[in-house]
Amino acid sequence: MTAPLLTGTGITKDYGATPALRGVDLSVAEGEIVAVTGPSGCGKSTLLHCLAGILRADHGSVVFRDQNIGMWSEAARSRLRRSEFGVLFQFGQMVPELTAAENVALPLLLAGSGRREAREAALAWLDRFGVADVADQMPGAMSGGQQQRCAVARAMVTRPRVLFADEPTGALDQLNGEQVMQAIVRAVREEGTAVVLVTHEAPVAAYADREIVLRDGAVDPTGLGVGAP
Amino acid sequence: MSTAHVLLGLLAGGPRHGYDLKRAHDERLPQAKPLAYGQVYSTLGRLERDGFVEQSGQEQEGGPERTAYTLTDSGRERLAQWLTEIEPPAPYVTSTLFAKVVVALLAADADRARDYLAAQRSAHMTRLRELTAVKSAPGATVGDVVAADYAIGHLDADLRWLQTTLARVADLQKEVTA
Repeated sequence: MTAPLLTGTGITKDYGATPALRGVDLSVAEGEIVAVTGPSGCGKSTLLHCLAGILRADHGSVVFRDQNIGMWSEAARSRLRRSEFGVLFQFGQMVPELTAAENVALPLLLAGSGRREAREAALAWLDRFGVADVADQMPGAMSGGQQQRCAVARAMVTRPRVLFADEPTGALDQLNGEQVMQAIVRAVREEGTAVVLVTHEAPVAAYADREIVLRDGAVDPTGLGVGAP
Repeated sequence: MSTAHVLLGLLAGGPRHGYDLKRAHDERLPQAKPLAYGQVYSTLGRLERDGFVEQSGQEQEGGPERTAYTLTDSGRERLAQWLTEIEPPAPYVTSTLFAKVVVALLAADADRARDYLAAQRSAHMTRLRELTAVKSAPGATVGDVVAADYAIGHLDADLRWLQTTLARVADLQKEVTA
Protein backbone atom coordinates (compact mmCIF):
# COMPACT_ATOMS: atom_id res chain seq x y z
CA MET A 1 0.00 0.00 0.00
CA THR A 2 1.42 3.35 -1.07
CA ALA A 3 1.76 5.96 1.70
CA PRO A 4 -0.95 8.60 1.35
CA LEU A 5 0.05 11.79 -0.42
CA LEU A 6 -2.65 13.84 1.27
CA THR A 7 -4.45 12.94 4.48
CA GLY A 8 -7.28 14.77 6.16
CA THR A 9 -7.96 13.58 9.71
CA GLY A 10 -10.91 14.52 11.88
CA ILE A 11 -11.74 17.56 9.77
CA THR A 12 -14.36 19.71 11.43
CA LYS A 13 -15.73 22.96 10.07
CA ASP A 14 -18.65 25.10 11.21
CA TYR A 15 -20.23 28.04 9.42
CA GLY A 16 -21.39 30.03 12.43
CA ALA A 17 -23.74 27.74 14.32
CA THR A 18 -24.11 25.39 11.37
CA PRO A 19 -21.79 22.39 11.32
CA ALA A 20 -20.55 21.69 7.77
CA LEU A 21 -18.02 18.94 8.50
CA ARG A 22 -18.10 16.72 11.57
CA GLY A 23 -14.82 14.85 11.80
CA VAL A 24 -14.12 13.65 8.27
CA ASP A 25 -11.15 11.40 7.51
CA LEU A 26 -9.95 11.06 3.93
CA SER A 27 -6.63 10.10 2.42
CA VAL A 28 -5.50 10.16 -1.19
CA ALA A 29 -2.57 8.17 -2.54
CA GLU A 30 -0.18 9.36 -5.23
CA GLY A 31 -1.97 9.23 -8.59
CA GLU A 32 -5.27 8.11 -7.07
CA ILE A 33 -8.63 9.59 -8.09
CA VAL A 34 -11.03 9.81 -5.15
CA ALA A 35 -14.60 10.97 -5.67
CA VAL A 36 -16.39 12.76 -2.85
CA THR A 37 -20.12 12.47 -3.40
CA GLY A 38 -23.32 13.07 -1.50
CA PRO A 39 -26.43 15.20 -1.69
CA SER A 40 -26.44 19.00 -1.80
CA GLY A 41 -25.34 20.54 1.47
CA CYS A 42 -23.58 17.40 2.75
CA GLY A 43 -20.25 19.25 3.06
CA LYS A 44 -18.39 17.90 0.05
CA SER A 45 -17.29 21.29 -1.32
CA THR A 46 -16.29 22.45 2.16
CA LEU A 47 -14.17 19.29 2.50
CA LEU A 48 -12.46 20.03 -0.83
CA HIS A 49 -11.81 23.63 0.26
CA CYS A 50 -10.29 22.43 3.56
CA LEU A 51 -8.10 19.79 1.85
CA ALA A 52 -6.91 22.31 -0.74
CA GLY A 53 -6.04 24.81 1.97
CA ILE A 54 -8.57 27.36 0.71
CA LEU A 55 -10.40 27.11 4.03
CA ARG A 56 -8.81 26.31 7.35
CA ALA A 57 -10.53 23.52 9.28
CA ASP A 58 -11.72 24.34 12.81
CA HIS A 59 -10.32 21.06 14.09
CA GLY A 60 -8.35 18.19 12.59
CA SER A 61 -5.35 18.14 10.32
CA VAL A 62 -4.57 18.18 6.61
CA VAL A 63 -1.20 16.58 5.97
CA PHE A 64 0.46 16.88 2.57
CA ARG A 65 3.81 15.14 2.19
CA ASP A 66 4.23 14.86 5.97
CA GLN A 67 3.49 18.53 6.60
CA ASN A 68 0.38 19.77 8.36
CA ILE A 69 -0.65 22.47 5.91
CA GLY A 70 -3.53 23.43 8.17
CA MET A 71 -0.96 25.14 10.37
CA TRP A 72 0.52 27.12 7.50
CA SER A 73 -0.13 30.83 6.90
CA GLU A 74 -2.58 31.89 4.20
CA ALA A 75 0.36 33.05 2.07
CA ALA A 76 2.12 29.68 2.35
CA ARG A 77 -1.09 27.80 1.50
CA SER A 78 -1.64 30.13 -1.42
CA ARG A 79 1.85 29.32 -2.74
CA LEU A 80 1.04 25.63 -2.39
CA ARG A 81 -2.08 26.11 -4.54
CA ARG A 82 0.06 27.73 -7.23
CA SER A 83 2.55 24.87 -7.32
CA GLU A 84 1.68 21.48 -5.84
CA PHE A 85 -2.10 21.84 -5.94
CA GLY A 86 -4.36 22.58 -8.90
CA VAL A 87 -7.91 23.77 -8.35
CA LEU A 88 -10.81 23.52 -10.78
CA PHE A 89 -14.34 24.77 -10.16
CA GLN A 90 -17.70 24.15 -11.80
CA PHE A 91 -17.57 27.38 -13.77
CA GLY A 92 -14.00 27.59 -15.06
CA GLN A 93 -13.54 31.03 -13.51
CA MET A 94 -11.37 32.20 -16.36
CA VAL A 95 -10.19 35.79 -16.16
CA PRO A 96 -12.51 37.42 -18.73
CA GLU A 97 -10.01 40.08 -19.81
CA LEU A 98 -7.32 37.53 -20.74
CA THR A 99 -7.13 35.16 -23.71
CA ALA A 100 -7.24 31.40 -23.15
CA ALA A 101 -3.46 31.14 -23.50
CA GLU A 102 -2.93 34.05 -21.09
CA ASN A 103 -5.29 32.44 -18.58
CA VAL A 104 -3.44 29.14 -18.74
CA ALA A 105 -0.03 30.84 -18.55
CA LEU A 106 -1.05 32.85 -15.47
CA PRO A 107 -0.12 30.30 -12.75
CA LEU A 108 3.33 29.91 -14.31
CA LEU A 109 3.87 33.67 -14.48
CA LEU A 110 2.81 33.98 -10.84
CA ALA A 111 5.33 31.25 -10.00
CA GLY A 112 8.10 33.23 -11.70
CA SER A 113 8.35 31.68 -15.18
CA GLY A 114 9.36 33.83 -18.14
CA ARG A 115 6.66 35.02 -20.55
CA ARG A 116 7.77 32.97 -23.54
CA GLU A 117 8.24 29.80 -21.48
CA ALA A 118 4.81 30.27 -19.85
CA ARG A 119 3.09 30.83 -23.20
CA GLU A 120 4.72 27.79 -24.75
CA ALA A 121 3.64 25.61 -21.84
CA ALA A 122 0.13 27.07 -21.98
CA LEU A 123 -0.16 26.31 -25.70
CA ALA A 124 1.07 22.76 -25.14
CA TRP A 125 -1.56 22.20 -22.43
CA LEU A 126 -4.33 23.74 -24.50
CA ASP A 127 -3.31 21.36 -27.27
CA ARG A 128 -3.46 18.39 -24.88
CA PHE A 129 -7.05 19.32 -24.07
CA GLY A 130 -8.00 19.82 -27.72
CA VAL A 131 -8.53 23.59 -27.47
CA ALA A 132 -5.35 24.93 -29.09
CA ASP A 133 -7.54 26.63 -31.69
CA VAL A 134 -9.05 29.01 -29.11
CA ALA A 135 -5.67 29.98 -27.58
CA ASP A 136 -6.03 33.63 -28.58
CA GLN A 137 -9.74 33.95 -27.91
CA MET A 138 -11.32 35.64 -24.91
CA PRO A 139 -13.36 33.36 -22.62
CA GLY A 140 -16.54 35.19 -23.58
CA ALA A 141 -16.14 34.02 -27.17
CA MET A 142 -15.77 30.34 -26.21
CA SER A 143 -18.36 27.64 -25.52
CA GLY A 144 -18.80 26.36 -21.97
CA GLY A 145 -17.00 23.14 -22.86
CA GLN A 146 -14.04 25.03 -24.34
CA GLN A 147 -13.84 27.30 -21.30
CA GLN A 148 -13.83 24.35 -18.95
CA ARG A 149 -11.09 22.57 -20.92
CA CYS A 150 -9.01 25.78 -20.72
CA ALA A 151 -9.69 25.85 -16.98
CA VAL A 152 -8.44 22.26 -16.69
CA ALA A 153 -5.34 23.22 -18.67
CA ARG A 154 -4.78 26.13 -16.26
CA ALA A 155 -5.20 23.83 -13.25
CA MET A 156 -2.70 21.34 -14.70
CA VAL A 157 -0.11 23.70 -16.20
CA THR A 158 2.01 23.74 -13.03
CA ARG A 159 1.93 19.91 -13.06
CA PRO A 160 0.38 19.75 -9.59
CA ARG A 161 0.61 16.63 -7.42
CA VAL A 162 -3.07 16.97 -6.45
CA LEU A 163 -5.91 18.32 -8.56
CA PHE A 164 -8.99 19.46 -6.64
CA ALA A 165 -12.02 19.46 -8.92
CA ASP A 166 -15.33 20.76 -7.58
CA GLU A 167 -18.22 19.66 -9.82
CA PRO A 168 -15.98 20.11 -12.89
CA THR A 169 -18.73 19.10 -15.31
CA GLY A 170 -21.68 20.52 -13.39
CA ALA A 171 -22.28 23.37 -15.84
CA LEU A 172 -21.92 21.26 -18.98
CA ASP A 173 -24.26 19.07 -21.00
CA GLN A 174 -23.66 15.33 -20.90
CA LEU A 175 -21.45 15.03 -23.97
CA ASN A 176 -19.28 18.04 -23.12
CA GLY A 177 -19.09 16.88 -19.51
CA GLU A 178 -17.93 13.47 -20.62
CA GLN A 179 -15.26 14.94 -22.89
CA VAL A 180 -13.97 17.14 -20.08
CA MET A 181 -13.90 14.21 -17.62
CA GLN A 182 -12.09 11.98 -20.10
CA ALA A 183 -9.56 14.74 -20.79
CA ILE A 184 -8.98 15.21 -17.04
CA VAL A 185 -8.58 11.49 -16.40
CA ARG A 186 -6.22 11.01 -19.34
CA ALA A 187 -4.03 13.93 -18.26
CA VAL A 188 -3.86 13.01 -14.57
CA ARG A 189 -3.07 9.38 -15.40
CA GLU A 190 -0.25 10.52 -17.67
CA GLU A 191 1.07 12.94 -15.07
CA GLY A 192 0.47 10.71 -12.04
CA THR A 193 -1.60 13.46 -10.44
CA ALA A 194 -3.90 12.56 -7.55
CA VAL A 195 -7.44 13.95 -7.78
CA VAL A 196 -10.07 14.89 -5.23
CA LEU A 197 -13.23 14.99 -7.35
CA VAL A 198 -16.37 16.46 -5.83
CA THR A 199 -19.55 15.53 -7.66
CA HIS A 200 -23.16 14.58 -7.05
CA GLU A 201 -23.37 12.68 -10.35
CA ALA A 202 -22.78 8.91 -10.18
CA PRO A 203 -21.51 8.71 -13.81
CA VAL A 204 -18.85 11.34 -12.96
CA ALA A 205 -17.91 9.57 -9.72
CA ALA A 206 -17.46 6.41 -11.78
CA TYR A 207 -14.28 7.87 -13.29
CA ALA A 208 -12.70 7.68 -9.81
CA ASP A 209 -10.79 4.74 -8.36
CA ARG A 210 -12.66 5.10 -5.10
CA GLU A 211 -15.61 7.00 -3.71
CA ILE A 212 -16.47 8.37 -0.31
CA VAL A 213 -20.00 9.49 0.36
CA LEU A 214 -20.78 12.31 2.80
CA ARG A 215 -24.01 12.73 4.66
CA ASP A 216 -24.62 15.71 6.96
CA GLY A 217 -20.91 16.49 7.16
CA ALA A 218 -19.71 12.96 7.96
CA VAL A 219 -18.63 9.94 5.93
CA ASP A 220 -21.64 7.73 5.27
CA PRO A 221 -20.58 4.07 5.44
CA THR A 222 -23.76 2.94 3.66
CA GLY A 223 -22.72 4.95 0.59
CA LEU A 224 -26.25 6.18 0.07
CA GLY A 225 -25.79 9.68 1.44
CA VAL A 226 -29.38 9.80 2.62
CA GLY A 227 -30.37 9.52 6.22
CA ALA A 228 -33.30 7.66 7.65
CA PRO A 229 -36.06 10.27 7.90
CA MET B 1 -34.09 -8.36 -27.87
CA SER B 2 -35.05 -10.07 -31.07
CA THR B 3 -32.08 -12.13 -32.20
CA ALA B 4 -34.04 -13.20 -35.29
CA HIS B 5 -34.41 -9.62 -36.50
CA VAL B 6 -30.77 -8.81 -35.79
CA LEU B 7 -29.76 -11.83 -37.88
CA LEU B 8 -32.06 -10.66 -40.69
CA GLY B 9 -30.35 -7.27 -40.47
CA LEU B 10 -26.90 -8.82 -40.64
CA LEU B 11 -27.98 -10.75 -43.75
CA ALA B 12 -29.24 -7.57 -45.45
CA GLY B 13 -25.75 -6.89 -46.79
CA GLY B 14 -25.45 -10.31 -48.48
CA PRO B 15 -25.24 -14.01 -47.71
CA ARG B 16 -23.39 -15.16 -44.60
CA HIS B 17 -22.94 -18.47 -42.84
CA GLY B 18 -23.70 -19.10 -39.18
CA TYR B 19 -20.19 -18.64 -37.85
CA ASP B 20 -19.88 -15.34 -39.67
CA LEU B 21 -23.25 -14.19 -38.31
CA LYS B 22 -22.21 -14.96 -34.75
CA ARG B 23 -18.99 -12.95 -35.16
CA ALA B 24 -20.79 -10.01 -36.80
CA HIS B 25 -23.45 -10.01 -34.06
CA ASP B 26 -20.86 -9.88 -31.28
CA GLU B 27 -18.84 -7.20 -33.07
CA ARG B 28 -21.79 -4.92 -33.89
CA LEU B 29 -23.45 -5.27 -30.48
CA PRO B 30 -20.48 -4.97 -28.13
CA GLN B 31 -21.16 -5.53 -24.42
CA ALA B 32 -24.22 -7.63 -25.36
CA LYS B 33 -24.27 -11.23 -24.21
CA PRO B 34 -22.28 -13.08 -26.90
CA LEU B 35 -24.55 -15.10 -29.15
CA ALA B 36 -24.20 -18.87 -28.72
CA TYR B 37 -23.60 -20.85 -31.92
CA GLY B 38 -26.50 -23.09 -31.05
CA GLN B 39 -28.81 -20.09 -30.92
CA VAL B 40 -27.59 -18.84 -34.32
CA TYR B 41 -28.36 -22.16 -35.96
CA SER B 42 -31.68 -22.69 -34.21
CA THR B 43 -32.76 -19.14 -35.11
CA LEU B 44 -31.66 -19.61 -38.73
CA GLY B 45 -33.66 -22.84 -38.77
CA ARG B 46 -36.81 -21.03 -37.68
CA LEU B 47 -36.22 -18.16 -40.12
CA GLU B 48 -35.79 -20.69 -42.92
CA ARG B 49 -38.92 -22.55 -41.88
CA ASP B 50 -40.89 -19.27 -41.95
CA GLY B 51 -39.51 -18.38 -45.36
CA PHE B 52 -37.48 -15.33 -44.26
CA VAL B 53 -34.08 -16.81 -45.21
CA GLU B 54 -32.94 -19.55 -47.54
CA GLN B 55 -29.78 -21.52 -48.05
CA SER B 56 -27.63 -20.03 -50.79
CA GLY B 57 -24.78 -22.49 -51.05
CA GLN B 58 -22.02 -24.29 -49.24
CA GLU B 59 -18.63 -22.87 -48.36
CA GLN B 60 -15.54 -24.79 -47.42
CA GLU B 61 -12.33 -22.86 -46.88
CA GLY B 62 -9.93 -25.28 -45.24
CA GLY B 63 -12.43 -26.06 -42.50
CA PRO B 64 -15.75 -27.78 -42.13
CA GLU B 65 -18.40 -27.19 -44.76
CA ARG B 66 -20.60 -24.21 -43.95
CA THR B 67 -24.04 -23.34 -45.20
CA ALA B 68 -24.53 -19.75 -46.29
CA TYR B 69 -27.91 -18.12 -45.82
CA THR B 70 -29.50 -15.26 -47.70
CA LEU B 71 -32.55 -13.06 -47.12
CA THR B 72 -35.68 -13.84 -49.11
CA ASP B 73 -38.05 -11.05 -50.29
CA SER B 74 -40.32 -11.99 -47.45
CA GLY B 75 -37.36 -11.67 -45.05
CA ARG B 76 -36.59 -8.22 -46.41
CA GLU B 77 -40.20 -7.18 -45.86
CA ARG B 78 -40.21 -8.56 -42.33
CA LEU B 79 -37.00 -6.67 -41.54
CA ALA B 80 -38.34 -3.40 -42.97
CA GLN B 81 -41.50 -3.81 -40.95
CA TRP B 82 -39.56 -4.46 -37.72
CA LEU B 83 -37.53 -1.30 -38.24
CA THR B 84 -40.68 0.81 -38.37
CA GLU B 85 -42.28 -0.82 -35.31
CA ILE B 86 -41.99 1.30 -32.17
CA GLU B 87 -40.88 -0.56 -29.05
CA PRO B 88 -43.61 0.37 -26.56
CA PRO B 89 -42.26 1.90 -23.34
CA ALA B 90 -42.84 -0.65 -20.58
CA PRO B 91 -46.50 -0.39 -19.53
CA TYR B 92 -45.87 -1.87 -16.07
CA VAL B 93 -43.32 -1.04 -13.40
CA THR B 94 -41.67 -4.40 -13.06
CA SER B 95 -38.36 -4.11 -11.28
CA THR B 96 -36.83 -6.67 -8.98
CA LEU B 97 -35.20 -3.76 -7.16
CA PHE B 98 -38.58 -2.21 -6.37
CA ALA B 99 -40.17 -5.55 -5.51
CA LYS B 100 -37.30 -6.40 -3.17
CA VAL B 101 -37.68 -3.18 -1.21
CA VAL B 102 -41.42 -3.74 -0.77
CA VAL B 103 -40.93 -7.38 0.22
CA ALA B 104 -38.14 -6.41 2.64
CA LEU B 105 -40.60 -4.09 4.38
CA LEU B 106 -43.36 -6.70 4.39
CA ALA B 107 -41.24 -9.65 5.49
CA ALA B 108 -38.67 -7.87 7.65
CA ASP B 109 -38.26 -4.18 8.43
CA ALA B 110 -36.92 -0.82 7.24
CA ASP B 111 -33.36 -1.72 8.22
CA ARG B 112 -33.45 -4.75 5.93
CA ALA B 113 -34.69 -2.55 3.10
CA ARG B 114 -31.94 0.02 3.78
CA ASP B 115 -29.24 -2.67 3.94
CA TYR B 116 -30.44 -3.98 0.60
CA LEU B 117 -30.50 -0.50 -0.98
CA ALA B 118 -26.94 0.20 0.24
CA ALA B 119 -25.60 -3.14 -1.05
CA GLN B 120 -27.37 -2.67 -4.38
CA ARG B 121 -25.91 0.83 -4.75
CA SER B 122 -22.42 -0.54 -4.19
CA ALA B 123 -22.92 -3.21 -6.89
CA HIS B 124 -24.34 -0.63 -9.32
CA MET B 125 -21.38 1.72 -8.72
CA THR B 126 -18.92 -1.11 -9.39
CA ARG B 127 -20.62 -1.86 -12.71
CA LEU B 128 -20.76 1.85 -13.54
CA ARG B 129 -16.97 2.05 -13.04
CA GLU B 130 -16.42 -0.99 -15.27
CA LEU B 131 -18.51 0.48 -18.08
CA THR B 132 -16.85 3.89 -17.72
CA ALA B 133 -13.49 2.13 -18.12
CA VAL B 134 -14.79 0.34 -21.24
CA LYS B 135 -15.85 3.57 -22.93
CA SER B 136 -12.72 5.48 -21.84
CA ALA B 137 -10.27 2.81 -23.03
CA PRO B 138 -7.97 4.09 -25.80
CA GLY B 139 -9.14 1.43 -28.29
CA ALA B 140 -12.87 1.84 -27.61
CA THR B 141 -14.97 1.79 -30.78
CA VAL B 142 -18.01 4.03 -31.23
CA GLY B 143 -20.06 0.85 -30.78
CA ASP B 144 -18.39 0.22 -27.41
CA VAL B 145 -19.12 3.81 -26.33
CA VAL B 146 -22.75 3.75 -27.47
CA ALA B 147 -23.35 0.36 -25.80
CA ALA B 148 -21.72 1.55 -22.56
CA ASP B 149 -23.72 4.82 -22.70
CA TYR B 150 -26.96 2.86 -22.83
CA ALA B 151 -26.09 0.79 -19.77
CA ILE B 152 -24.61 3.76 -17.87
CA GLY B 153 -27.80 5.76 -18.39
CA HIS B 154 -29.90 2.93 -16.99
CA LEU B 155 -27.58 2.31 -14.03
CA ASP B 156 -27.63 6.03 -13.27
CA ALA B 157 -31.43 6.00 -13.29
CA ASP B 158 -31.41 3.05 -10.89
CA LEU B 159 -28.89 4.80 -8.64
CA ARG B 160 -31.07 7.91 -8.45
CA TRP B 161 -34.04 5.70 -7.62
CA LEU B 162 -32.08 3.84 -4.93
CA GLN B 163 -31.18 7.13 -3.31
CA THR B 164 -34.65 8.68 -3.36
CA THR B 165 -36.19 5.42 -2.22
CA LEU B 166 -33.91 5.30 0.80
CA ALA B 167 -35.22 8.71 1.78
CA ARG B 168 -38.78 7.34 1.49
CA VAL B 169 -38.29 3.96 3.18
CA ALA B 170 -39.86 4.96 6.48
CA ASP B 171 -42.94 6.42 4.80
CA LEU B 172 -43.22 3.41 2.51
CA GLN B 173 -43.00 1.10 5.52
CA LYS B 174 -45.90 2.88 7.20
CA GLU B 175 -47.95 2.48 4.03
CA VAL B 176 -47.23 -1.19 3.34
CA THR B 177 -47.65 -2.27 6.96
CA ALA B 178 -50.73 -0.15 7.67
